[in-house]
Amino acid sequence: MELTLWTYEGPPHFGAIRVAASMRDVHLVLHSPQGDTYADLLFTMIERDGRRPPVTYTTFQARDLGGSTAEKVTDTLRAAVEHHQPQLLLVADSCTAELIQDQPGALAEGAGLGVPVIALEMAAYSRKENWGAGETFFQIVRGLLAANVPARQQARVRPEDERPSVNLLGPSKLGFRCRDDVAEVERLLSAIGVDVNVVAPLGAAPADILALPNADANVCLYPEVAAPVCRWLERQYRQPTIKTVPLGIGASRDFIAEVIKVLALPTVADPVAASRLPWYSRSVDSTYLTGKRVFIFADATHAVAAARMASKEMGFDVVGLGTYSREQARDVREAARELGLEALITDDYLAVEAAIEVLQPELVLGTQMERHIAKRLGIGCAVIATPAHVQDYPARYSPQMGIEGANVIFDTWIHPLMMGLEEHLLGMFREDFEFNDTAVPSHLDSAERAVPAAADTDATTVSGPAWALCAERELKKIPFFVRGKARRNTEQFAVEQGIATIDVDTLYEAKAHFSR
Amino acid sequence: MNSQVNSQVIARQVEPDAAQALIQERGQRAVFCGLTSIIWLHRKIQDAFFLVVGSRTCAHLLQSAGGVMIFSEPRFGTAVLQDRDLAGMADCNAELDRVVAQVLARRPSIRSLFLVGSCPSEVIKLDLDNAAKRLQQVHGGKLRVVAFSGSGIETTFSQGEDACLEQLVAALPESTDDAPSLLIAGTLPDIVEDQFQRLFASIGIERVAFFPGRQSDTLPSVGRNTRVLLAQPYLGSTARALEARGAMIIEAPFPLGIEGSALWFHAASAAFGVSPQAVDGVLAGPIARARRALAPLRDYLSGKRISFLPDSQLELPLARFLSAECGMTPIEVGTPFHDERWLRADMSLLTANGANAETRFVEGQDLEPALARVRADRPDLTVCGLGIANPLEAEGLRTKWSIELLFTPIQGFEQAADLAELFARPLRREGRLEVGSWS
Repeated sequence: MELTLWTYEGPPHFGAIRVAASMRDVHLVLHSPQGDTYADLLFTMIERDGRRPPVTYTTFQARDLGGSTAEKVTDTLRAAVEHHQPQLLLVADSCTAELIQDQPGALAEGAGLGVPVIALEMAAYSRKENWGAGETFFQIVRGLLAANVPARQQARVRPEDERPSVNLLGPSKLGFRCRDDVAEVERLLSAIGVDVNVVAPLGAAPADILALPNADANVCLYPEVAAPVCRWLERQYRQPTIKTVPLGIGASRDFIAEVIKVLALPTVADPVAASRLPWYSRSVDSTYLTGKRVFIFADATHAVAAARMASKEMGFDVVGLGTYSREQARDVREAARELGLEALITDDYLAVEAAIEVLQPELVLGTQMERHIAKRLGIGCAVIATPAHVQDYPARYSPQMGIEGANVIFDTWIHPLMMGLEEHLLGMFREDFEFNDTAVPSHLDSAERAVPAAADTDATTVSGPAWALCAERELKKIPFFVRGKARRNTEQFAVEQGIATIDVDTLYEAKAHFSR
Repeated sequence: MNSQVNSQVIARQVEPDAAQALIQERGQRAVFCGLTSIIWLHRKIQDAFFLVVGSRTCAHLLQSAGGVMIFSEPRFGTAVLQDRDLAGMADCNAELDRVVAQVLARRPSIRSLFLVGSCPSEVIKLDLDNAAKRLQQVHGGKLRVVAFSGSGIETTFSQGEDACLEQLVAALPESTDDAPSLLIAGTLPDIVEDQFQRLFASIGIERVAFFPGRQSDTLPSVGRNTRVLLAQPYLGSTARALEARGAMIIEAPFPLGIEGSALWFHAASAAFGVSPQAVDGVLAGPIARARRALAPLRDYLSGKRISFLPDSQLELPLARFLSAECGMTPIEVGTPFHDERWLRADMSLLTANGANAETRFVEGQDLEPALARVRADRPDLTVCGLGIANPLEAEGLRTKWSIELLFTPIQGFEQAADLAELFARPLRREGRLEVGSWS
């Protein structure tokens, strides 16, 4: 057993629902007890989907367990096929159904439903959502293609008169900004004359899956969902996989370079020259972003990309990097090593919270969970990956990938931070009579304190070195929003140096020590 | 004036039921399981921790259904079963003890620990009752350990609270005196409890306790002197458990709307020998105030047609309020299960005033045919679960999602207008927006 307060991923059958909901003309019959239909609300409420996911649940109850739940499965299968008339039927167990072993897949195959059936095994007690999505996508692709399109011994040779094309694999419902990423990557590719053959699973029908081998290569856009499919297509049809995920300016540049190399296309001038990120990052206001301490925790793809962007494109210090995607942990470990860090690989949000508390970053880039944590700790946060909340499925065009994606990310990450000029002014006026942490803003005619008490929690010293009055006074002159860090650093320095009472010198010694 | 109206209302209640045919449906149910009750139970019992013994699905459900509302560290969690637990490689009891120790170490102020059974824990027949007894011995003293089932196999949505309170009844101390006391069973928002407490005091009923209470150490006693008034319509098992302890159940409609609330107070007062006139005197003020607040909403809602898909188990009392007091016409009233004894009073009021011969009463659910009826009826408003609301809106049908009805103070006189407002808002919104056709 494993204690879980919040979970980063749903159960594997939820991954199957995501893939089914992403596609057209596909229906999933899920053998599951009453209550598992909650899954629908994530699509209809969080992503504001105007249709229910194409899932029929058997919703068995205690009284069914006494009789025959298998009969309920067969009835449900027939009713679902008759009502929804899908071109492809997926059949799976949820966690409870897995225990009662009705074998709904076998029942469906034997029921003569007149529709192709793919039976899924979801391993509910060892796997999770993203694995379930990847496995479902893989079973659909293999199930449809292996029976219909013969394997190739050699890579496909593109006819002279045909434009080069790729498949975009992995975008799905309830993924992070998939809708807009697809549009942005299509734009990026069209600029170098590459067409998109099929996008899957998002928006794909079974017939589109059959057309996958017609592309020159596969772009593994979201490895959490698409990696198994890309590997199989590479083996089966000798289709190369483009592995770079175009998140950030550097990665978008590398992505285009990889596409050009794999498809043997003529090289182009800087394909991302239109991006505003490089100039915004160079402009003087951004000087103040230098060395901002950033903590990153996300799925592997977004974590690795964010680490690269944060360090190389924003000039931040990445002080912590981790992921909940155990399947892709190796990439995150490698990215962390390059930054001189040890990756945090966990799906326990309490461990993530503890790491953030210790590291005291100035910005957290994470999921909805980290947003909760950062809010509680009073740290700025931007959401960069799922699980995300309704506000992270915005109405506006808001991609993360490609040129516009880099622009969007620049704005999104800067927003929670103190803007440069603003911070400079705060420093200048730190002890000003009307601009400090206890003064009421002059435009507010109120006796209330301007800053809630929470901002003052740094005043509660834990047992440790004592503070001389003069040092305490000097500490007060440091802007309140960094005072907590200054206090902790100084105390840590004093402990390390064996100093019992902190005076003004200790304060500045510590400042010098930590500013190296 | 008020006393006349109330007496009429009471007279109407005792009319014989216009026997309503109940349509029973069996098919796909689009309802939450009982685990969802944890979301309001843990807010009510402020020193309790709810530990679900289940799967990642349980954890995902709780976070999806409750995540919107909870920003602090929740006082609920899931002990997620792993392959090694199922394969017998790990001793489930030892594992549970370890997880419980982990919870208590992190939250030392917890005074009640609820072990909540789930679909998987029930299918593998994990005995949480015994586990609760064992853990009670280990952690005794300051901690109470209670097990109940919130599984979807056993419970539907709000029935989780019924299962919880039913088990908690065993922990109630035995009443030692003969003076009658009133026990109000069913989770109510604190503000509603306080209002009710004040009204009962004015009526002259001082010995009033609420179950569950806000703190674990304030469990009410129960015995032959206890009169129980249900505040929620989904507490059949709890009521029977209280009866088994000698308590007497007062049957009444539920305190939704002015009429329901008035009859609820009258029924309790009658059981305590208070004269109806005295009760009317106390209720006159709140009733007049509630009528003033409700009047504009009644004008707005009157004549509008409404359908309920089965969900929270509040459907019948809500239909009664919306038809009798707001003038709406119920087209279909679906409810997950129809417990005749507890819904009798509301049903007879509804059939006497509001429902018409065409009103369909449905127990259980078969989702697709139910949705087909909504599409054919095209009611002005459909009350349904979160998974269905936006898809119906996308078809041009206005909806009210029902889970809000369990988190919002809706009971009593002061909330009658708020309750009506929940149904008026989606309709008013349609009237305001000029963004093109809804469908």
